[in-house]
Amino acid sequence: MTEFLQGLLSNINPYILQIIVNIGIGIVLALGLNVITGLTGQLSLGHAAFMSVGAFTSALLTIKLGMPITLNLLVTGAVTALVGALIGYPILRLTGDYLAICTLGFAEIVKVVFLNLDITNRALGLSVPPANSAIPMPFVVWGVAILAIILVSFVYNSRFGRALKAIRGDEIAAEAMGINVARYKVQSFALGTFLAGVGGGLYAHFISYINPSDFGFLKSIDILSMIVLGGLGSIPGAVIGAGVLSAAPEFLRFMANYRMLVYGALLVFMMLFRPNGLMGGVNFTDMVLRALGRKPHLKTVLQNREVGK
Amino acid sequence: MNTNQILKLDNVTIKFGGLTAVDSVNLSVEKGTIQALIGPNGAGKSTMFNLITGIYKPTSGTISFNNHFVSGLPTYKIAAAGIGRTFQNIRLFTELTALENVMIGAHTRGRWDLTGALTQFFPWVRKEEGELTEWATECLSMVDLTYKAFEMAGNLPYGEQRRLEIARALALKPHIILLDEPAAGMNPQEKMVLMEMVKRIRATGVTVFLVEHDMKFVMGISDRVAVLDYGVKIADGTPEEVRANPKVIEAYLGKS
Ligand SMILES: Nc1ncnc2c1ncn2[C@@H]1O[C@H](COP(=O)(O)OP(=O)(O)OP(=O)(O)O)[C@@H](O)[C@H]1O
Ligand SMILES: [Mg+2]
Repeated sequence: MTEFLQGLLSNINPYILQIIVNIGIGIVLALGLNVITGLTGQLSLGHAAFMSVGAFTSALLTIKLGMPITLNLLVTGAVTALVGALIGYPILRLTGDYLAICTLGFAEIVKVVFLNLDITNRALGLSVPPANSAIPMPFVVWGVAILAIILVSFVYNSRFGRALKAIRGDEIAAEAMGINVARYKVQSFALGTFLAGVGGGLYAHFISYINPSDFGFLKSIDILSMIVLGGLGSIPGAVIGAGVLSAAPEFLRFMANYRMLVYGALLVFMMLFRPNGLMGGVNFTDMVLRALGRKPHLKTVLQNREVGK
Repeated sequence: MNTNQILKLDNVTIKFGGLTAVDSVNLSVEKGTIQALIGPNGAGKSTMFNLITGIYKPTSGTISFNNHFVSGLPTYKIAAAGIGRTFQNIRLFTELTALENVMIGAHTRGRWDLTGALTQFFPWVRKEEGELTEWATECLSMVDLTYKAFEMAGNLPYGEQRRLEIARALALKPHIILLDEPAAGMNPQEKMVLMEMVKRIRATGVTVFLVEHDMKFVMGISDRVAVLDYGVKIADGTPEEVRANPKVIEAYLGKS
């Protein structure tokens, strides 16, 4: 099995493979932020900080315990989600700009802490040994990415997800519908940071060297750009946004210094001409669910009721 | 204590800085009735609804619902206890469909949370989702909006948005529903339809408490009418009593 998978990979140009893996990791990160910002409407500018919590946790679990990668990623996600919930609890009372500024501040704190902890090897960063896994990392990354897509789609189409959408729409109205807004916000934050942590763990093992400075403000903006490009709150949008922007740096390498300029222009362009993102307005999951017959059309519901009478 | 009282305000006062928006108000609403609250602009009517639903906390006084204190509880708990409401400035989830809006209104009717979301392939979770959908369509049909189920709430015409808000509040299965100016912005014909709807709602056993400026509407359907002026309750009684009350006439026509 392992050899077979490795054989498959050896046929792929390593440069292309790297891009493919980057896209997979980007998807996990973008989906996490999409839960917090896209679905629940809470603007976070510190997603990369949770990614770094995950990256260092995951790296240490491998270094110190040699933990198998599946368990490693689950523990990493849980640890990051716990940090997310603890941070989220006090700051999610804030709204809009204040929340954004707080997440930004938190991200800087995380960076400074990791730069000064012995266990994270201070400013030198950590070399991450290969993951304890029989399956090659690219497959792990894409397996996780697909699971993340399923997980987030499930959340979208549920009572839980509707409560988050209600909070995004109007917190007072949501509260008046009996929704415990504070609790759901923390849960949404925990879920989004869980994915950020898992994404960070994948990144650490794929890149094999991590430094607190890799997870700064620009990285957070990278991830935010992905979901804005694809359309805030859209799952296919997050996937496509992650795909485009994870691959873009490679293709834009010749103008690496101007990358942020291109991103900036792209974001302005999107806001002006497609404010709902590339995939805005396309409810893909809904279409798929309908096609699979999982979600009845209103007509069917009504017919059934007529029959029932 | 009268067991027929569903809602009771005891000496409720709220101050915003120097302004006393609601001033020592005593009021009780009888179960199964249509109670109206009227008063000039800025009298404190919406503020009273915000007090009842816990969006504002009273500066002093208490509010009880079904003989339990609710003043001091957070808004979501008051809603879950069975108080549904609409808003004067419509607060729908504009980017969601009419059906989704009503399903959010039915939030407290379900119980599956994050775990339910992740295990939604299990029949018992799907059953709940099916029941919520079913109940939401029923609520939509109560306000004749089934045919708009998949429209974005924000795209509905004004009158339908008001009705959708009522459906969303009904989805909570409230014991009492607070309607803040439900007829505002409606044409006379829409108002007639709305009156029938409100009567239908009461007929299902839901107590109705409404704020409305349209006197024809208020006098036409209310069992009792309370009048607020500058935060003070100046009258309370049947529509006939209130209409004949000199204080009310003065408040509406101004001192001469
Ligand atoms: N959050 C608040 N802070 C300060 N003042 C407030 C607040 N909410 C309401 N008020 C004031 O309280 C008074 C009563 O307002 P309220 O909205 O309850 O009036 P109303 O009777 O609903 O009027 P209308 O018929 O115009 O809707 C007004 O003077 C208003 O400015
Ligand atoms: Mg008002």
